[in-house]
Amino acid sequence: MADSFLFLLGCVLAVLVVATGIGRYLVFKSGPDGPSLTVDNLNARINAWWAMVALTALAFLAGKTGVVVLFAICSFAALREFLTLTNIEIADHWAIAAAAFLVLPVQFIAVGMNWYGFYSIFIPVYAFLLMPIFSMFSGETDNFLVRIAEAQWALMISVFCVSHVPALLSLDIPGFEGRNLFLIFFLVVVVQSSDVFQYVWGKLLGKHKIAPKVSPSKTWEGLIGGVATASALGASLYWITPFTVLQAIGMSVVITIMGFLGGLVMSAIKRDRGVKDWGHLIAGHGGFIDRLDSVIFSAPIFFHIVRFYWDVH
Amino acid sequence: MQDSGQISTAISVAFPLALPQIRLMFARLVALLIIIFARLITAVRAIWLGSDPVPEQRVYFANHASNGDFVLIWSVLPGKLRNKTRPVAAADYWLTTKLKTFIGRSVFNAVLIDRNPETRAGDPVQQMADALQAGDSLILFPEGTRNMTQTPLLPFKTGLFHLAKQRPDIDLVPVWIENLNRVMPKGKLIPIPLVCTITFGQPMRVQQDETKADFLERAQSTLLALSETARE
Repeated sequence: MADSFLFLLGCVLAVLVVATGIGRYLVFKSGPDGPSLTVDNLNARINAWWAMVALTALAFLAGKTGVVVLFAICSFAALREFLTLTNIEIADHWAIAAAAFLVLPVQFIAVGMNWYGFYSIFIPVYAFLLMPIFSMFSGETDNFLVRIAEAQWALMISVFCVSHVPALLSLDIPGFEGRNLFLIFFLVVVVQSSDVFQYVWGKLLGKHKIAPKVSPSKTWEGLIGGVATASALGASLYWITPFTVLQAIGMSVVITIMGFLGGLVMSAIKRDRGVKDWGHLIAGHGGFIDRLDSVIFSAPIFFHIVRFYWDVH
Repeated sequence: MQDSGQISTAISVAFPLALPQIRLMFARLVALLIIIFARLITAVRAIWLGSDPVPEQRVYFANHASNGDFVLIWSVLPGKLRNKTRPVAAADYWLTTKLKTFIGRSVFNAVLIDRNPETRAGDPVQQMADALQAGDSLILFPEGTRNMTQTPLLPFKTGLFHLAKQRPDIDLVPVWIENLNRVMPKGKLIPIPLVCTITFGQPMRVQQDETKADFLERAQSTLLALSETARE
């Protein structure tokens, strides 16, 4: 386990070193006007990746608690970004305060306790019914349905979905005991690399737009190239998972396509609310949701497929 | 002599906050914790449009919708500027309880002015001018009270004009605080997490023959215009 972890960390660092080298080379090669905006953004993204990899590696070293806490923090940051774009009003203040300071920690504590029966229904059932009750007591009915629906969406996306990443640690797979962290590694690496490969293939070959009204930069070439490359990477990682090579490819295709579609859905929301990015905290990438959108849409599906076919329950 | 020394030692052991140095250290610590908390809740970001975060003496004037307003402005100022920037706040609010007094006086080092002309001893404009004279910058909320209405700005009080007239050599920097009114509305004890921005606009000064009404009108429309740029 420790050997594999160090080997994988070494691979990730090697990729980052190469990417950093390319980024520096592009700056070096750029003319007297300095690097273009694309190159600047590329370097900002690579720098942010160093920080994200460092934090994730630290969390992995700290074990289960570290990973749960890391994703709880990401979840809080995502919730903060999501709520910013909603129509919530003073009337919803207590419902939202409860969502951020009660529902969120309770969800992640339940994940940390491996309490599947609770964390899988807490937000879709209890928060879903109780939050509108809070808002209703304020007596403010203007925009009521919009407000409660947005609040529930904020919780589902930023808390419920995100919590399914660390929830992978609570799966009980025979012959895979103590290695569940690799499921998270597989999910995050395949989905995030798919984002990167889609970007690269899109820049190189992209011609045919998939959803020009939602996200003009997404092309068929980018999607197919990205999914294929990321799935090949997923296949090469089969040995750290409970999957066979074919299963690893199948899983990779499912999660990268879910991730792609998730990115489009989150873009549609941004477009609806007239913003370019969800936030500004991850330099070059935007906000936490900008970086996590594909993981948010793939994590629960990945979790449930693995649970259905591999987990003993 | 010896007795009084012993007494003060005894007091400082029993109430360490009675010692000025410890009180100051504690106040600094509380300030730091408040700033960390504010950043955690709001992920606040400063946008400098037309002015820069440089250590120049200034009067920042901002919209006022929440008690957290100056905390947020404070927390985006670089440390050097922050220590030399004092909020102007209402004595009739901040001196009502011991906790508020400690926070207002020691933690924020606020220039506390009495809003009620009937009861106040000193001239608030003079108090602010004295603080400027001492070399500090000020954060001022010219609306005079927290804005609970749907309109973006309440009519400005005249203090800003009188201060500008007294110190025409100091830049007045408009500051728009976005979203904090939703984070912690008046009367709510727990804040909710929302992303906030603080936009610093182009500095202005009172013109030579500008009337009070004209100047206040100009200051208000400058701040309003900044709010529209900030939202884009």
